[in-house]
Amino acid sequence: MKIALIDYGAGNVPSVERALHKLGAESFRATAPPEVARADAIILPGVGHYAALIRGLEGRGLRSPLLEALARGMPFLGICLGLQSLYESSEEAPELAGLSVLPGRVRALPAGVKLPHMGWNRLRIRQASPLLTGISEKDYFYFAHTFAAQDSGVEVAATCHHGTAFAAVLQKERTFAVQFHPEKSGASGARLLQNFLRLAA
Amino acid sequence: MSLAHRIIPCLDTDGARVVKGVNFAGLRDAGDPAELAARYNAEGADELVVLDIAASRDRRPTFLETIRRVAAQLAIPLTAGGGIRTLEDARSVVNAGADKVTVNTAAVSNPELISELSREFGAQAVVLAIDAKREDKRWDVRVRGGRESAHLDALDWAKRGVALGAGEILLTSVDRDGTQMGFDLELTTAVSATVSVPVIASGGAKSPQHFAEVFKKGRADAALAASIFHDGTQSIRELKELLAAQGIEVRLPC
Repeated sequence: MKIALIDYGAGNVPSVERALHKLGAESFRATAPPEVARADAIILPGVGHYAALIRGLEGRGLRSPLLEALARGMPFLGICLGLQSLYESSEEAPELAGLSVLPGRVRALPAGVKLPHMGWNRLRIRQASPLLTGISEKDYFYFAHTFAAQDSGVEVAATCHHGTAFAAVLQKERTFAVQFHPEKSGASGARLLQNFLRLAA
Repeated sequence: MSLAHRIIPCLDTDGARVVKGVNFAGLRDAGDPAELAARYNAEGADELVVLDIAASRDRRPTFLETIRRVAAQLAIPLTAGGGIRTLEDARSVVNAGADKVTVNTAAVSNPELISELSREFGAQAVVLAIDAKREDKRWDVRVRGGRESAHLDALDWAKRGVALGAGEILLTSVDRDGTQMGFDLELTTAVSATVSVPVIASGGAKSPQHFAEVFKKGRADAALAASIFHDGTQSIRELKELLAAQGIEVRLPC
């Protein structure tokens, strides 16, 4: 199985690469449309600014191939900004259009709590998901973000709470996404990545 | 259910080896960074900080290699710093495997550096390190490894750093560093109440009680220590169990 790590020019690609390698998975960096097309599964990691991700995808012509792959049912895992990009837009860069796989807008977490939401937090599991096999509400995951998807839809498999509840794990058919960083979340994160590899196989 | 309080071991290095000093002086060898990193990752550390305290230009490649070796051992976030003066410096550290960068002296002389880094990597990747020393009723910001005054008030500087784009404050008490007398609770509380971003308390940790105090009374989001972990006098796992027993939320391995 070949996993395409979307490399849009910023982001946490090397650490995701390292985490996959430790799990024995083969991955390659995809920076151009044909590379997305020949993948068996796609991971979109992301860290930093929403605008850098959207512009990075567009500058490399990756938006349409990505959407086509998702429409074909190719297994997909979005990480952090990779989750946020699935919505229609984000308050972080309101002028840019997201991938619009899911309805709604990503918004800043409420003031009154420390932001960024940085550190280890737990999930509230809403529905069973193959991505969460062997993972319970006792597991901690590493978060580092200020913006979040706060409108709950049927695709939310688990939420997290920081000032307000927000989507932490999404599943829509073969499209998955997590707001936290599984590649930085110790054994719990490795289990989640392993689950993704298994269901993508 | 809320954010766990983080325990962060810090590797002060001379670029290649971990070193240990008291009040920023009198250095001794304390081991191999990658070996220590592997141990802390397994023991349940929540993050790791690796600093180049020599920060000399000609040893830069050595430090970058150290970051690569350390990052390879970790399944937790890594922060690196020491001698980061430009966006290019920060980029090389991030490319070597750091998730966050800390800036200190260079940010004081060029505050715009904070904004530049924040725009490039996001606020969550920019840690403003502040070394603070008590002066009567206020705290003075110190630079160049604590030796010189920056003629800035620590609370003002923290606030300004956050406004410029820092996503976290690494707050070291120069008075407590290396003394093992406990964290400076007053300083930590004051900074934590002043800024909207997470604060990592540093300097003076010796006993589990010191960590409990800085979380409960000092309002710290994370606490950093070096020598007590390197010595093996305090295991991270045991520390976390003791904190959990006092009702402090920490991440315990499942």
